[in-house]
Amino acid sequence: MENNEYLEVFIEESKEHIQSLNDQLLILENEPANMDTIGEIFRSAHTLKGMAATMGFQDLADLTHKMENVLDAVRNHHVNITSPIIDVLFQAVDQLEGMVFDIAEGGNGAADVKELVHTLQAIEQNQEVIEAIPANAHATVETALNQASAFAQLDQFELAILDQSSENGFQNLQVTIKLNEHCLLKAARVYMVFEVLEQIGEVIKSNPTVQELEEENFDLTFHVLLVTKDTADLVKQKILKVSEIEEVITESFSSVQEQADQADSASGENADRQEANESLSSKQDKQQEVNQKKKTSGVSNKTIRVNIDRLDGLMNLFEELVIDRGRLEQISANLKHAELQETVERMTRISGDLQNIILNMRMVPIEQVFNRFPRMVRQLSKDLGKQINLEIIGAETELDRTVIDEIGDPLVHLIRNALDHGVETPAVRKQNGKNEEGQLLLKAYHSGNHVFIEISDDGAGINRDKVIKKAVSNQVITEEEASHLTDKQVYQLIMSSGFSTADKISDVSGRGVGLDVVKNTIESLGGTITIESEEGKGSLFSIQLPLTLSIIPVLLVEVVREKYAVPLSSIIETAIINKVDILNAHNKQVIDFRGKVVPLINLKQIFEVPAEEEEETFYSVVIIRKGDKMAGLIVDRFIGQQEVVLKSLGEYLGDVFAISGATILGDGQVALIIDTNSFIN
Amino acid sequence: MKEETSNYKSIIIELEKEEYAIPVDVVGAIERIQHITRVPRTASFVKGVINLRGVVTPIIDLRERFGMESVAYTESTRIIIVHMGQFNVGFIVDAAYDVLDIPEESIEPAPQVIGTVDADYIKSVAKVDKRLILMLDLEKVLSHESYQAAKSTEFEG
Repeated sequence: MENNEYLEVFIEESKEHIQSLNDQLLILENEPANMDTIGEIFRSAHTLKGMAATMGFQDLADLTHKMENVLDAVRNHHVNITSPIIDVLFQAVDQLEGMVFDIAEGGNGAADVKELVHTLQAIEQNQEVIEAIPANAHATVETALNQASAFAQLDQFELAILDQSSENGFQNLQVTIKLNEHCLLKAARVYMVFEVLEQIGEVIKSNPTVQELEEENFDLTFHVLLVTKDTADLVKQKILKVSEIEEVITESFSSVQEQADQADSASGENADRQEANESLSSKQDKQQEVNQKKKTSGVSNKTIRVNIDRLDGLMNLFEELVIDRGRLEQISANLKHAELQETVERMTRISGDLQNIILNMRMVPIEQVFNRFPRMVRQLSKDLGKQINLEIIGAETELDRTVIDEIGDPLVHLIRNALDHGVETPAVRKQNGKNEEGQLLLKAYHSGNHVFIEISDDGAGINRDKVIKKAVSNQVITEEEASHLTDKQVYQLIMSSGFSTADKISDVSGRGVGLDVVKNTIESLGGTITIESEEGKGSLFSIQLPLTLSIIPVLLVEVVREKYAVPLSSIIETAIINKVDILNAHNKQVIDFRGKVVPLINLKQIFEVPAEEEEETFYSVVIIRKGDKMAGLIVDRFIGQQEVVLKSLGEYLGDVFAISGATILGDGQVALIIDTNSFIN
Repeated sequence: MKEETSNYKSIIIELEKEEYAIPVDVVGAIERIQHITRVPRTASFVKGVINLRGVVTPIIDLRERFGMESVAYTESTRIIIVHMGQFNVGFIVDAAYDVLDIPEESIEPAPQVIGTVDADYIKSVAKVDKRLILMLDLEKVLSHESYQAAKSTEFEG
């Protein structure tokens, strides 16, 4: 399709409009009289419709058009917003979203939207919203259909024209013309009738179709839908002037429209698609007219859209530059040439600024992720029969694009979890003297080089004893260990894998299934998650994430002749330790580090570095942490701090123990980046 | 695969005095030995990773992969960079010769016993001018099951 170059823009913008529809509908639900919101929704729907029609996504355009009509009716106070109407509108938005996704994945966005369209139509006509289109209504309405109108299936454009015509002082007539039994050339008569009709008005639709009429593919009667300024009587007289016409019946169409709609909505499934399509094609010109009337509203702002691939390309090139910068620094340090050193320093500073700018370009407000939660919470609280007030703070907080892409699912999980297991039912809450409406707070903020995302609820909290019991019975911990654990450590247990793979976790008052997945995802992003909870008062899940993933500051260390990089984010400090200060506990080497017992890990042994054992009096130790826990890595030498570009080890090696990736140093060699988390259980 | 075409273009490599063929269309580059960064706790035939023009590429020693005796690298030792599906891997071989067109009619199924290399890794053999060329089954060479089995045991600490 030649529209391909616009497709991406179309998809992006459609998603934005759908998001805006979602947001505004939520506001509308709470403030049904808010005209600004309705206007906003209307505009979004209108733009979406225009875009979809231009791109040739008919179903998408049809559905939006119907939504637009409903909103228009609301705007003009013909229809009052109620919760069921909002539900239907949400369904429509969901459907639209599905279609856009289909298009994004290379589909044509086609979907069976009939039912929804009919429901929307019913709303527009101010009828009661029927929960689901009842199949049993079929029979009764079908007869009504036959009597009522020959134009049960009008498409949106035809309806739009009809609507407009009545606004402009025209009237819509349904004209039934019966030819004389002895009529010889039916097609000729039809032609003459149409001649007459076109002089006095505009034929919107005919039944049978024009084509069928021309082929004399009808009995004696045919119907046309006419928009005219003339009176019904005049129309009748003019048609009767054509010879061999037996009878002409004119009725005002609006009177039958409502019935037709009703019939229509009920017989949705029955509808003859073929016919609808045919009439559609015969009316293509009309559609184009309508299309032309649509104006695309231009939004002016001072940003440009950049394809993320281009940004990634820029980032990759910059990574190369960072590597060369490292190399230059090394050379200039070796040469000790003053002018060279000065130049390299300048270059380092400038490329540092450049790095910040590029990283900032990749920053996206977390809003993108948070946006979908109000809808989700609304739906979930309905499903669960709970009342929940969701508050979002700090949606403008920015995060690296790569993190944004990954963080959505874990958050969905945690929110579901908080609603499902955290917040109690209204009845229970009342009993416990709480407000019936549960509070869920979603908060994001920057702190240092990290982003924090917190999910807190004022629900039941976590029952320490139950968690311990479950953990012991699942052999995640022993009974003995359990008695030593702090509350925080106990809560961490619910995210251990042994815990959540067990079935029926949800009978523990605390939290649910699959939290280990959440934890793993967050840790794979270089983040941590901690839980605080007070029984009966609620819980707080706090996620700490690095601002970016691709360039990280590390401490380079040497083990024998191998260089390793330890991410600074997990280092507390470095220390030189006298061998005599090393203690033994449970056959493990530990040290007393500022009053805490810290286990030591000998990298030489763990990484099986080939070397002869040398006895040393002093050890160089990197103190690392994971959450509250600490450990000391014994290395041979600290080389220094450096910013490195994180690279993958490649598919073939897959997961390598304690190695999270690699980087290329200034001298062109590869250094492995240590995943310190795997040393601490 | 390529066997259907009349000529089977291959890079000929040498391992333990025998000649092996790797289809030329999966070979990305032939490199001299360079610094290899050891990756701890991987299979012994995984020598480590190199910086191949900015891409971190794992290196497999084919001698070790095939259970041959390992020897010191020489002037003629080469790394053959192979792109197979999602894998980017380098093979260390004793030597690499030019591209050779192997006529289809000279290719025969691998006999049961070939000698030095486990028959599993050999897809077929070809006789070209009195030379016997063993055609490698790269998918088997890179297969993950055997790789996983060879991987050292997990950390217990």
